[in-house]
Amino acid sequence: MPAPILGEQYASLDRQAVTLRFGMWLFLASELLLFSGLFVLYAAYRSMYRHDFVEAVHSNTMAYGTANTYVLLTSSFTVALAVFNIRRGALRAAMWLVLASAALGVTFLAIKAVEYGVHIREGALPGPYYHFADAATLGGNRFYTLYWVTTGAHALHVTGGIGVLLWTAWHVPRGRYTAGYHPRFENATLYWHFVDVMWLFIWPIYYLV
Amino acid sequence: MSAPAYREQSSIPLEAVPPTEPSYLDGGGLMGWLNTRDHKRIGIMFYGAVLAMFVLGGSFALLLRLELLTPDRTIMDANTYNRLFTWHGIVMVWLFLIPSIPNIFGNFVLPIQIGARDLAFPRLNLASFYVYLAGSAIVLGGLVLGGTDTGWTFYTPYSETTPDRLFPVVFGIFVVGVSSIFTGINFIASVHMLRAKGVHWRRMPLFVWSIYATSIILVLATPVLGLSVLLVGLDHVFHLGLFNPASGGDPVLFQHLFWFYSHPAVYIMILPAMGVISEIVPTFAHRRPASYNAIAFSALGIALVGFLTWGHHMFVAGMSTIDSGIFGILSMFVAIFSAIKTFTWVATLYRGDISFNTPLLYFFGFLFLFMFGGMTGVAVATQSLDVHWHDTYFVVAHFHFIMVGGSVTAFLAAAHYWYPKMFGRLYSERVGLLCATAVFIGFVLTFLPQFLLGNAGMPRRYYSYPPEYQWLHVLATGGAWLLGFSVLLAVGNLIVSLRYGRRATANPWDSRSYEWLTPSPPPPHNFPETPVFDRGPYDYELSQEEVYARAYPR
Repeated sequence: MPAPILGEQYASLDRQAVTLRFGMWLFLASELLLFSGLFVLYAAYRSMYRHDFVEAVHSNTMAYGTANTYVLLTSSFTVALAVFNIRRGALRAAMWLVLASAALGVTFLAIKAVEYGVHIREGALPGPYYHFADAATLGGNRFYTLYWVTTGAHALHVTGGIGVLLWTAWHVPRGRYTAGYHPRFENATLYWHFVDVMWLFIWPIYYLV
Repeated sequence: MSAPAYREQSSIPLEAVPPTEPSYLDGGGLMGWLNTRDHKRIGIMFYGAVLAMFVLGGSFALLLRLELLTPDRTIMDANTYNRLFTWHGIVMVWLFLIPSIPNIFGNFVLPIQIGARDLAFPRLNLASFYVYLAGSAIVLGGLVLGGTDTGWTFYTPYSETTPDRLFPVVFGIFVVGVSSIFTGINFIASVHMLRAKGVHWRRMPLFVWSIYATSIILVLATPVLGLSVLLVGLDHVFHLGLFNPASGGDPVLFQHLFWFYSHPAVYIMILPAMGVISEIVPTFAHRRPASYNAIAFSALGIALVGFLTWGHHMFVAGMSTIDSGIFGILSMFVAIFSAIKTFTWVATLYRGDISFNTPLLYFFGFLFLFMFGGMTGVAVATQSLDVHWHDTYFVVAHFHFIMVGGSVTAFLAAAHYWYPKMFGRLYSERVGLLCATAVFIGFVLTFLPQFLLGNAGMPRRYYSYPPEYQWLHVLATGGAWLLGFSVLLAVGNLIVSLRYGRRATANPWDSRSYEWLTPSPPPPHNFPETPVFDRGPYDYELSQEEVYARAYPR
C-alpha cells in the first residue's frame, strides 16, 4: 500500500490533513453564499407575493419532495457510516457505503426527474412557459421560476457530488486512503453532507410552509 | 549637481545569503512552466495574462476617449460606443483589477513572506490559473462575437432584452469567479496553516494581512456575483423575467444581489493595493510602520464593513431614506478605516530615512489620488449630494480615482518594488521615476476634468454632449493618452531591464521584510534553507548584517 504523499510545504501529515479539511470548509462557505443568494431571492419574492406563494407551495408535488428528503437523509447516514468505517480501517465497507450513498444520490435525481416530468405535464414551468392551472397567478409564476432555478442548481450539485463520491470510491481499493490518513475521503463526504443540508432548506420553503 | 535623492542598490553582497540552488526561473522548459506547481511560476504566468488584459482594457479606454473628443461622431457610431464602454468595464474589472495584485504579487510574495515553501494547495493554484484563462477566453469570445452593450453592471431590465448576446459573457465571468474563489481559499488556508515557526500573526508582513482580508471577500462575495449574473444570463436566453418587472420580477433586487458582491469587489481591488503600499512605505522610509496594528486591523475592518455598504449604489433606485441613511453611514466607516491607514503611512515617513525610488514616488501619487477618491467617496455616500451626482461623470471620476489612481498606481508600484526579487534584475531608476511622474500627471489630467463634468451635469455612458462640455472632454482625452503612453513606457522599462538591467542582490532596497532574506530570484523552494524568524518584518533598528546573521546562523 503506497504511503500518503506529504507535500513539501507541510511540516507533517497531520498538518496537511487539517489544512485540506480547512480548505474544504472554506469552499463550503463559498457554496453556502451561492445558495443563500437563491434563498434571498425566494424571501424577497415571497414577501412581495405572500398569498400567491402560499397557494403555490400547496400546489407543489409534496410527495416527491418528501420522498427525496428521506432518500438524501439516508445517504447522509450511509456516508457518515463510511467515514466511521474508514477510521477503523474497514476499507471495503467504507467503499461500499460510499457507493451506496452515490446510488441514493442517483435515486434522488431519478425521483426529481419524474417530478419534473409531472411539472412539465401540468405546465408548472418557469417564466413565459408557465401555464399551471392550480396557481395561475403572477406570484405562482415567480414561485415556480425560482423553484426550477433553485432545485436545478441543487440537482447540479447533487450530480457533482455523485461524481466526487464515485471518484472517492474508485480510489479506495487503490490504496489512496488509510485508517490514519484520509482527508480527501472525509472532504468528499463533507461535500455530500453539504448538498444534503441545502436540500433540508429547499424542502420546507418549496414544499411545506 | 547634488546626488540623486533615490538610492542605488545597497551594498549587502549576495554571499550573505547562502546560494545553494538554481533559481525558480531555471530549467524545466515550456512544459515545466505550463505544468508547474510553483507559486512563483504561476504568479509569473498570471503576470503575463493579466498584463495582456490591462493593455486590452486600456486600449478600449483610449478609443472611448478619442470618440469623446467631439460632441458628435468622431471615430465610431453610438452602438459601437456602447459596446466599447461595456468591454472596457468588463475587461478592466473582472479580467484585470480583481486578479491583478492578489494573483500576481500575492501568489509570488505571500508564501515567501510567511516563510512557507509553497501555498497550501499548489495544484488548486495552477487550476486557478487555467480556469482564469478559460473564463477570460469565454468572456472575450462572447464580447467579440456577441457584442454586449449593457455596461459592466448588467442592469436589468435592459440586460434581459438587449439584442446583443449576453450569456457567454456572464458565463465567462462566472468561470473567472471560480478562479478567484480557488485563489482565495488557497491564501486563507496558507496564512492559517503554513506560517513558518516564528512567524506568528503579529509578525506577518502587512501585505499578508491585506491579502488575507481580500481573500475573505473573494470566498464569500464571489459566489453571489456569479449567481446573479448567471441568472441575468438565463433571463436573457429563456426570458424567465426573474428581474423583469414585465413578468412580476424586481429589477432593484438584481441591483442588491449584484452590489452585494460588486461593492466588496471594490475592496478586492483596493485592499491589496493598500497592502503593497504598507510594504513600500516602511521599506523606503527605513522605519517601522507608525502602527502595525492600525494597518492590519483596518484591513480586516474594511473587509467586514465592505459587506454592509452595497446599498449606496441604489440611493435613487427607490430605497427608503432611512435605509439610504444607514448605508451612507456604514459607507463612511470605510473612509475612517482608510484614513487610519493613510495617516499611519504618512506618520511612518515622519523622521524616516527616505530614499526616493520609483515605488515610493508611486506611493506619493497614490496618496494624493487615493485621498481625492476617498473624500469624494464620502461625498457621494451622502444621500442629498448623491441625488445630484448619481450616474454622472462625478461618480466615474470618483471610482477611477480609487481604481486607477489607487489600485493601478499601487500595481505599478508593486511591479517595480518586487521586480528585483522576481527577476533578479534592476530596472532603470531614471526611467521609472519619469514614468511615475508622467502616470500621475496623465491621470490627473484625465480624471480631474471628469469631476467638473459630472458636477456640471454630464451623465456617464453618453455618446454625445452639449458643446460647452467639450474643452473638459478634450483635456480628459489628452490626459488619457498621456496616461496610456506612460504606463506602456513603464512596462517597457521593466521588459527591457529583464535583459539589460543590472543584477540585483538579495535585498536591493535595504528592507527588513522576509521576502528579502532569500536570493533574487529565489530558489524553487523559496529559501536556500528555512530562515530563523525571531523578529518582526519591520525591525529597522537591526542592521542588515545582523538580520542575515540571525536568519541563517552558522
